[in-house]
Amino acid sequence: MSENIQNPTPIEAPEEFVVTLQTPFQRFCLDFFESRVASAAFVVLVGILFIAICAPLISPQNPYDLSQVSILDAKMAPGSQSFDGWTFYLGTDGAGRDLMSAMFYGLRISLGVGVMSGMIAMCIGAAIGLAAAYFGGRIDAIIMRIVDIQLSFPAILVALILLAVLGKGVDKIIIALVIVQWAYYARTIRASALVERNKEYVEAATCLALSHNRIVFKHLFPNCLPPLIVVVTIQTAHAISLEATLSFLGVGLPISEPSLGLLIANGFDYMLSGYFWISFFPGIALLITIVSINLVGDQLRDVLNPRLDR
Amino acid sequence: MTVFIIRRLMQSAIVVFVMSFLVFGGVNIVGDPVEMMVSDEADQEERERVIKSMGLDKPWYIQYGKFVTNALQGDLGNSFVYGEPALQIIVQRMPATFELAFVSLLMSIIIGIPFGVWAGLFPERFSSKLIMSGSIVGFSLPTFWVGLMMIMVFAVMLGWLPSTGRGDTVIVFGMELSFFTPDGLSHIFLPALNLALFNTSLVIRLTRAGVREAIHMDYIKFARAKGLSYRRVIMVHLMKNIMIPVVTVLGLEFGGLIAFSVVTETVFAWPGMGKLIIESIQNLDRPIIVAYLMIIVLVFVVINLVVDILYSILDPRVRLQDVSS
Amino acid sequence: MSVKDTSPTLEVRNLQTHFFTKAGDAKAVDGVSFSVGKGEIMGLVGESGSGKSVTGFSIIGLVDPPGNVVGGEVLYNGKNLVGLPDEQMRQLRGNRIAMIFQDPMMTLNPVLRVDTQMVETILAHDPSVSKQDALARSRDALGRVGIPAPDERLRSYPHQFSGGMRQRVAIAIALLNKPDLIIADEPTTALDVTIQGQILYEAQKLCRETGTSMIWITHDLAVVAGLADSICVMYGGRVVEQGLINDVLDHPVHPYTRGLLGSVPGANSRGTRLYQIPGMAPSLLNLPQGCAFQARCPRADEACLVEPQITEPIAGRGVRCCHPHLNAEEEIGA
Repeated sequence: MSENIQNPTPIEAPEEFVVTLQTPFQRFCLDFFESRVASAAFVVLVGILFIAICAPLISPQNPYDLSQVSILDAKMAPGSQSFDGWTFYLGTDGAGRDLMSAMFYGLRISLGVGVMSGMIAMCIGAAIGLAAAYFGGRIDAIIMRIVDIQLSFPAILVALILLAVLGKGVDKIIIALVIVQWAYYARTIRASALVERNKEYVEAATCLALSHNRIVFKHLFPNCLPPLIVVVTIQTAHAISLEATLSFLGVGLPISEPSLGLLIANGFDYMLSGYFWISFFPGIALLITIVSINLVGDQLRDVLNPRLDR
Repeated sequence: MTVFIIRRLMQSAIVVFVMSFLVFGGVNIVGDPVEMMVSDEADQEERERVIKSMGLDKPWYIQYGKFVTNALQGDLGNSFVYGEPALQIIVQRMPATFELAFVSLLMSIIIGIPFGVWAGLFPERFSSKLIMSGSIVGFSLPTFWVGLMMIMVFAVMLGWLPSTGRGDTVIVFGMELSFFTPDGLSHIFLPALNLALFNTSLVIRLTRAGVREAIHMDYIKFARAKGLSYRRVIMVHLMKNIMIPVVTVLGLEFGGLIAFSVVTETVFAWPGMGKLIIESIQNLDRPIIVAYLMIIVLVFVVINLVVDILYSILDPRVRLQDVSS
Repeated sequence: MSVKDTSPTLEVRNLQTHFFTKAGDAKAVDGVSFSVGKGEIMGLVGESGSGKSVTGFSIIGLVDPPGNVVGGEVLYNGKNLVGLPDEQMRQLRGNRIAMIFQDPMMTLNPVLRVDTQMVETILAHDPSVSKQDALARSRDALGRVGIPAPDERLRSYPHQFSGGMRQRVAIAIALLNKPDLIIADEPTTALDVTIQGQILYEAQKLCRETGTSMIWITHDLAVVAGLADSICVMYGGRVVEQGLINDVLDHPVHPYTRGLLGSVPGANSRGTRLYQIPGMAPSLLNLPQGCAFQARCPRADEACLVEPQITEPIAGRGVRCCHPHLNAEEEIGA
């Protein structure tokens, strides 16, 4: 019998399996920046973030310091000279504020609200989604039922009603956006956690009698991150857009904290008389911000999705 | 099928019940209705009288019970602002919103499906890439801002189309509609297009994804191997498979359109339910808000039900599963 | 190498189909030649990735981008199909040349009823046929492939059929217009062995009855052995051995064919370790220079670094090898 058994021929690794050594992060970066559009969007996004963070330092004027603003400069066209002799590159709004400065400050608030609500919603949603996936059974059923019902109602409607109840303010709108968004995160992370939960490494961890917390946060959670990252980018863009819409409708931010949406709303009144730029430029800024986040998110989805052979 | 519908109706009833509870609870926190009813000079006695007359001194469950019994009889209270039954005011505004939503749904189908199919069939072409970039922009554009820009360009600068109101209307099936008069049509065009923006992008993406997936399916290749014309392969074999997800999502999005008409109606001063709710929120007109929410919940429940039934009609596989289960 | 008729139904000459991918150009079909006579069943055998399916699709003109037929001729009754205008090709497809696919669960459109899918096949090639006649023909076709209660079945959706029944429907569709040639791309691979036997029997019977030629693409030598008249073995996009079925199976000349035959479990091999061809099928993206099989061939030497040509060491046999097994006594699998 034994002489019949031939030595199995050693199978050499085909050349395509030999990959130059890269850290996963390097590989991720290479994949990500393969697309020129996504690279450009990323650069723009970094620029927008820089402007938002450094708004007080780089703005030509502080639009909310009354000593710097003169009503005499109101509604001036882009490129005109101020009373004191400096240029309003994007014109001024109805109160004589430099529109560019107002936009820088507005971007700061818009991004702040969007990112903040996104992060909080992610933490809450991820925790709930993980719990649903990990414990399963009745807990899972109840949580997902709530998620389903909430997601069957459009975000704008839920946020509108919440703000009608809560009133205006940065904190209020963040609360509303968190309540609107958590369900998306919960659903996303539950879906991927359910897949991961049935894999051997989680079973192994369970056999080692590790604590629930340790299994969920040290083992399950890191493996659910890729889809979560994608949802974070898309949802942040969505939150920024939603905040702008709500502020435009007059139920979002108070007049003292003007986001881009509020700037657009303020310009609405002047637009029909031909002062288009007051609404136009903040809208463009909003558009560029959201488009670049979405493009980055799109590319992230392509890069992080292992099923997609590109 | 009947079993399925009955089960769904029962689920829907539960959702409506839960939502009525939430709406009642939530809206009771909005403002103080007593402030709206009594004048500033009213003394404490006057206030108490009003509170008593509105039943606000009773415990919450009695108030809720009263709310439900009244609601079941179609009485959701009188508007503080208009002094008429809230439900009646909403129902008067409904045709305008539904018309807007319906026309915009139609637009997104007419624009979205051909573009999506094109982009799916020829993904490498420049035109397809343009369509897809356009759909990303369409997703990203804030609806209200696009509305403003439309007004600026088409109404203010070019003067082609009117920017506010419904224009001439005719009564069709007891509803006032703009769609059937030339003037009304010119009024509905911009708002409907504005509202259709998001859904058009959605339809383009869904259709394209569907085409990309289906085109590699064996049944498409087999259809070609049978010698069918390109036209029949695309229009019958491909489209029938793609339409299932598109119709499902679009059906569900109809509710989204009604919700988003809040924005469009505000921008274009379209006299529908959305504009009404924004005004009511600003005026703290509680009965209107409650009535609006209950109607929206009902509308959503009905839409979900209709979409489910439609889905089972479109996809023969679903029907069988339902019969066997 | 036609078997029964001097003018073959289909003759493929030096067919070349390449796939232009980002990773490089894959020569999926590289200089394949064979011919199929009238009423002949030819088995096209090879491992996955050997180019056998692509050959089938190239004949019928359904190679999807990034693939493209870049050279050679496909002569159907003497007429070259390569470069034929789309409309003329469409008229041939499903009419004179039909195809059956591998996975019966995927080939029928899930949202169209069976009668729709059958009637349209008839009407696509002859719009003058009335709907009633088309339905009647469809019913007959279903009956011929052994589907009980064809009237009822016509009004069913594909998901209401089992896998074997669906494949029968697909075969019925292929037979509808009484084609001269059917290309069957592993039609029984996805089926149970018992069903496979039935389908094979039906297919063979129908070909004999109607004089239809057939190219049966498979990786399963056992299937070909009982079915085909001739055989064509492919490896790495090239034909390595072709000839009459019994000749090739009884006396394989190419080391790869011998390897394939050796790895079929047989009655005498019980208790012994099955032979396996060492190594794995090469990637079409970077085939070795010269003979594609050299890395796995026990007989390979320097001579194999030069691309061998098809030779005819025995009458009626084509072989692409520098060191063919011409001695009849050599044991298979050695």
